[in-house]
Amino acid sequence: MPDTAALDARLDLADEQAPPATRVRGYWQSVAYRLWHDPLTLAFATVVILVVLAAIFAPLLAPFDPYKESIVGRLKPFCWRGHLLGTDELGRDMLSRLLFGGRVSLMMGVVPVLTAMLIGGLLGIVAGFVGGWVNTAIMRTMDVFYAFPSVLLAVAIAGAMGGGTANGMLALTLVFIPPLCRVAETATTQVRGLDFVEAARASGAGTAAIIRYHVLGNVLGPVFIYASSLVSVSILLASGLSFLGLGVRPPVPDWGLMLSTLRQSIYVVPSVCALPGLAIFVTSICFNLVSDGLRAAMDVRM
Amino acid sequence: MGPPPDQSPTANPRVVGASPQSLLRAHDLRKHFPVKVPRGKSVRAVDGVSFSVRKGETLGIVGESGCGKSTLARLLLHLLAPDAGELTFDGLAVGEPGGISVGALRRQVQMVFQDSYSSLNPRMPVRDSVAFGPFVQGKPKSEARGIARDILSRVGLDPDFFGPRYPHELSGGQKQRVNIARALAVGPRMVILDEPVSALDKSIEAQVLNLLRDLKRQLDLTYVFISHDLNVVQYLSDRVLVMYLGQVMELGPVEAVYERPQHPYTRALLSSRPSMDPSQRIEQPPIIGDPPSPIDPPSGCRFRTRCRFAEAVCSAVDPALGGSDGQQSHVAACHMRDPLSQHSLAGSA
Repeated sequence: MPDTAALDARLDLADEQAPPATRVRGYWQSVAYRLWHDPLTLAFATVVILVVLAAIFAPLLAPFDPYKESIVGRLKPFCWRGHLLGTDELGRDMLSRLLFGGRVSLMMGVVPVLTAMLIGGLLGIVAGFVGGWVNTAIMRTMDVFYAFPSVLLAVAIAGAMGGGTANGMLALTLVFIPPLCRVAETATTQVRGLDFVEAARASGAGTAAIIRYHVLGNVLGPVFIYASSLVSVSILLASGLSFLGLGVRPPVPDWGLMLSTLRQSIYVVPSVCALPGLAIFVTSICFNLVSDGLRAAMDVRM
Repeated sequence: MGPPPDQSPTANPRVVGASPQSLLRAHDLRKHFPVKVPRGKSVRAVDGVSFSVRKGETLGIVGESGCGKSTLARLLLHLLAPDAGELTFDGLAVGEPGGISVGALRRQVQMVFQDSYSSLNPRMPVRDSVAFGPFVQGKPKSEARGIARDILSRVGLDPDFFGPRYPHELSGGQKQRVNIARALAVGPRMVILDEPVSALDKSIEAQVLNLLRDLKRQLDLTYVFISHDLNVVQYLSDRVLVMYLGQVMELGPVEAVYERPQHPYTRALLSSRPSMDPSQRIEQPPIIGDPPSPIDPPSGCRFRTRCRFAEAVCSAVDPALGGSDGQQSHVAACHMRDPLSQHSLAGSA
């Protein structure tokens, strides 16, 4: 063996010990580190947090009762007699209604997505990991829902079940299950084919242990990021449902519903009537940008 | 070298069979993967492979891409269920009553994969990847961590420095060391190495090969070493098995196979190695064309479509593995080594 003898012990094992440059950080620590160095995402996250806080503390912050009507003070401009953001078509304080409306709108944005993430994620992981006919059965069922545009589907479900906040949320949940299921299924299928899953099986792990320790960690990331981008879609869809009279019922304040009722008065006080739309726009765009920033920060292969 | 003496025949309580007995015997293993087009056909990835691995030896398996090496490796660990054939580990039939269960087999046989990147979970610190095997086999978490520390330092990685890191922070060689540590953490007696160094560059490859050799000595291991690199196989193996289109072409001690190859395919493989000496350059390509499709392999001898010596008998009769002059340590599946076959060159090779 002329040339192989040269490979012998001369090469020292210590050669490779040269330390990598970065400090040792855990995964979440490194995510936090990257987020901290991303001022844009931080700024948008601040807005999101402010909106959430404003909604939570609406009873403390609101200067007026959001249900208190006034026959003389209808459709007044900004700063009219202490109504900082004017009044609506029934003379109710806009600022108070926007604050309280945020509670409903945010709930309609977050709850359906979270529920759909649980159900869709679970179905997707099962479909992706088991494969075969189970996958076909689950994914083809999801494809049936995919055939309808999401707005139409939400309207159809909410319409069939009748309006109301609970039915609206249920409709939105059903709309979001198929896309989240698909994301979970794709990620699971990808992970399942990798050698480390096979290596785990070779070291004696059963299906439950493989899913728990090797699949979940790799699938939750993409699913969570996709879900966070759906929050803004959900807020918009919920507003749309309310706008059509299928979601929240008056007089409960909700951004979509407010937009709908104020639309007739757009020529009387345009600035006041645009406010609910502005609130929806700012909140959803900030949710979107934060989810984008999160995606970048959570990408391990950077 | 010949069959190496078994280092500790009685010291190891896990040794069940007698010491000259093979650690792993494969008999007529078959794995066919059905294909959609043409319907009813299948890829014959492994088609009737029989061999044995002796205690304490390194068996090298060489062959071109697609000859079924990796499928064979997965069959040996029951990661794929064979369509036919038997597997015997240390005298116990695998997966049969009275034999050894697949779970128990996986405590004794482990595998190192080729792709060091995809064989580590990107979301898991390497310490946890190594500790996972002992952990799922019922060891408490702290003990599994301790094993992982011990094994990581054995493969030359400082457990405090490298343990908490993620795979993407490690180089290819370091990742492959972690993979080796992961396989060893379960405490196997046999390790199947599926092209463990082919993704590494040459200097790292040498380090990892030396590490494998040292670990084998320290931990009393048996290796099945799969590679397409003939030099690497020669360096590490005691015996070598040459595969072509899912079948064994030649099997024998490494010096005998490398110096007196019996099968024309082995000869072609060996002469395709680039020489270090420019004056020794060969003009003729040692082997022509691509291997035929394993969906529709040639009749008779699998290699006949690319063999210079192919004759009528080669397409009619499937040559059996056998040794020339009756000796069974070095065997080849070629009509030319069998004086009784009707090949015109029979007996002359």
